[in-house]
Amino acid sequence: MITKVRSHLSQNEPLLFERSSPGKKAYQLPELDVPPVDAAETLGTENVRAEITSFPEVSEVETIRHFTRLSTWNYAIDYGMYPLGSCTMKYNPRINELVARTEGLAWAHPYQPEALSQGSLEIMARMEAALAEITGMDAVTLQPAAGAHGELTGILLIRALLEKRGNPRKKILIPDSAHGTNPATAAIAGYAVENIRSSETGVLDVGALERLVDGDVAALMVTNPNTLGVFEENIIHVAEILHAKGAMLYMDGANMNALVGIARPGDFGVDVLHLNLHKTFSTPHGGGGPGAGPVAVKKALEPFLPAPRLKRRGKKWAFDYKRKHSIGRVKAFYGNFGVLVRALAYILAHGGPGLRNATVDAVLNAVYIRKQLEPYFDLPYASPNMHEVVFSDDRQAKLGIRTGDIAKRLIDYGFHPYTVSFPLIVHGALMIEPTETEGKRELDQFIEAMISIAREAEADPQIIKTAPHGTRTSRVDEVTAARKPVLRWKPA
Amino acid sequence: MLDACGVNSPEELFSHLPEAVRLNRPLALAPGISEYEIVQYFRDRAAENANGFASFLGAGVYNHFRPVMVDTVVSRGEFLTSYTPYQAEISQGTLTTIFEFQTMICQLTGMDVANASMYDGSTAVPEAAMMAARATGRAKALIAKSVHPEYREVLATYAKHQGMPVEEFGYVPEAGTIDLEDLDRKIDDLTAAVIVQSPNFFGIVDQVGAAAEMAHRRGALLVVVFTEAVSLGILEPPAGADIVAGELQSFAISPSYGGPYAGIIATRDKFIRQMPGRLVGQTTDSRGNRAFCLTLSTREQHICREKATSNICTNQALIALMATVFMTVYGKQGLRELAEQNLAKAHYLAGKLKPRFCGKFFNEFVAKVEGKSPDDANRALLRKKIIGGLPLGRFYPELADSMLLCATEMSRREQMDAVAEVLE
Repeated sequence: MITKVRSHLSQNEPLLFERSSPGKKAYQLPELDVPPVDAAETLGTENVRAEITSFPEVSEVETIRHFTRLSTWNYAIDYGMYPLGSCTMKYNPRINELVARTEGLAWAHPYQPEALSQGSLEIMARMEAALAEITGMDAVTLQPAAGAHGELTGILLIRALLEKRGNPRKKILIPDSAHGTNPATAAIAGYAVENIRSSETGVLDVGALERLVDGDVAALMVTNPNTLGVFEENIIHVAEILHAKGAMLYMDGANMNALVGIARPGDFGVDVLHLNLHKTFSTPHGGGGPGAGPVAVKKALEPFLPAPRLKRRGKKWAFDYKRKHSIGRVKAFYGNFGVLVRALAYILAHGGPGLRNATVDAVLNAVYIRKQLEPYFDLPYASPNMHEVVFSDDRQAKLGIRTGDIAKRLIDYGFHPYTVSFPLIVHGALMIEPTETEGKRELDQFIEAMISIAREAEADPQIIKTAPHGTRTSRVDEVTAARKPVLRWKPA
Repeated sequence: MLDACGVNSPEELFSHLPEAVRLNRPLALAPGISEYEIVQYFRDRAAENANGFASFLGAGVYNHFRPVMVDTVVSRGEFLTSYTPYQAEISQGTLTTIFEFQTMICQLTGMDVANASMYDGSTAVPEAAMMAARATGRAKALIAKSVHPEYREVLATYAKHQGMPVEEFGYVPEAGTIDLEDLDRKIDDLTAAVIVQSPNFFGIVDQVGAAAEMAHRRGALLVVVFTEAVSLGILEPPAGADIVAGELQSFAISPSYGGPYAGIIATRDKFIRQMPGRLVGQTTDSRGNRAFCLTLSTREQHICREKATSNICTNQALIALMATVFMTVYGKQGLRELAEQNLAKAHYLAGKLKPRFCGKFFNEFVAKVEGKSPDDANRALLRKKIIGGLPLGRFYPELADSMLLCATEMSRREQMDAVAEVLE
């Protein structure tokens, strides 16, 4: 039974270019208070463009209706649970949005004098300190723009330290359960990638690791808890194995929502980690970004952090650009400051105890889902899970129903799908992360929907295979989109 | 719920964690505070920043008015709180706006295809260089000294470990445009990319056509960078470019002390498969209706891992939406008028000062400061509640007596007169 949704009308809307008509406008500019200049004369005729063909011409009302109508075609956290595993789709507090728009912060130019930027610098300093405490690390850079950017920064830091010790080494070890960004990052940082298999219990195979770590290995990149939601119980031993051979332990902090206030990477041997503020620290995903990917390191790596670094000069904050060992800049200016403001608002709102409570609730919610759905879906790894749980479609596949089909059917029940077919070590994975945001009522509706779909798989598989049925857009032909790419609108 | 989970207390949920990894104390962070206190905290910090100053800073970050419509649209929870649109059936809102974004970026730049965004302009530059290296099978990048200095620093960081030698070529001291002779000396058959910016860091409309010809003659690709997107409302698009790497901060993205902004990469059809970042394509759904979805993802890290064209995953979708709304609000006529206002304001200000270069400029220019250092001039301006230009000595020792000034539609005549009084 579908209890969360029923259908309602959905407005049609053409593309902006199809809506345009000559002369319509939605802008006002003030009267020019200086003499106008002739563009051709000032810039040279050859440098002045002709009118921008087909650029939009719409009115103000048409603009608001256009974007409002389009917005209703999206699902969002504000509509309900968004159980994407490893994406940590938690509620995005609106206070974050408000404070990020405070005029003196939103309109601060990155090159305005430091003396007139003390508020911004204090926010960054406080953020660095909070993240160092949460992760148990010694120093933090806020410069990277997103998780993958943080990964690149972190691996470059490791490379710089090893180079200084005489040999940058050749390869990075990456578990087969890792996010795709990990191997892509290692490649950009100039390293070869060697995959390491997970054990039967879904954690790092320590024996295999011992055999693989040699003088060519620069680091292991590990996600902890891993993408099965399982804590790497041997992590301290893993760190020892690496350190004994002069290699480093990199942690992908994508799943930090399982650990905040409970365990700190700095205390279990991690040398470098990145955080995704748009996951753990509640800044909005915004349909794909922006994020922020601060990187936290142990003392030995601090000299290599991107310049500039914040430093205290008397009673004021200042930037230190003279960092001779720095890996250099990874981004212009100082980081996605507006995202940092939002994340700090979240940290201030929760405080130490509140952050820990959020972690507990996130894990409780995931364990609850696991217990309720275990009778209906195959659980490939029996190890205790933390903030997310991974099932496989093993039972439903025998009836011709795959994880992607179940995901699409879930849409009809009023939920965003879970993460489909990841991690790669689980064939036909259903990766579910509820986050602490969801109360029991929403969780129970989700569980009810999943059980109902499991029953449909036996009674009426066709309804699942052709889902979703209740959306304005039915299953999309992605194959043709890739075969014959149409990547922009063109006039007929 | 605890019963259903088979535990007596929430703590038991963590009993499988080894004792040695657990944090056996509370985090040393203050207890949580209320909404009112959070607002007050950030207001207090904002009060420690510049407030009520007029500003003539540009240098990659520009003061343009943000139409009210922009925040109205991006504050809608459906855009703000949705994920990357992998599930096309319930993400058509985001997908459609990205398709419109890609189209408008193509219309503005004259390119065939644009991606759904990069982190910012500075990171788009190394991505463009790596793309050129893949497309040409060559390694070397040649970048003009008149490209934003921080963008060049980012390129250096990325290039260092990829076997990509980076060499810089100069600018003509009189005109402030690229030194074509220097480029000609340095370009060779190993050059994958020639990278120029226009308007360049000095605000000058640079010689894109000549650079294109020189690059193409040697089999290299031309990458054209822009930091001031409003200039595209009036300037001829970079026709000779193979890749355009730009920053859209000017399109209703608040300066926000350096980010988040949105970068783009646009290119020719033939280089599509070398592009980094997400792309939205048009297709149909099973009922035959037009629909959009993420496409050509075999270039991306989640599909082909270490062989991906880039490691980028999260991009700047919501910021790109700000730019999309901005482009819609101004539209064909408004973007032109906005650009004309910027042109007029900057030339009014420049008319009262001593521009250092004779090259044609859009809304920023380098001015030589007579009789005092740029820092002293700026201190004098601060007393008038004006933040002056960027002193250039930090990036260009040879221009230590000069500053980079920017005027936009937000610059008022009397403020510009005040600047001229101090700098003259």
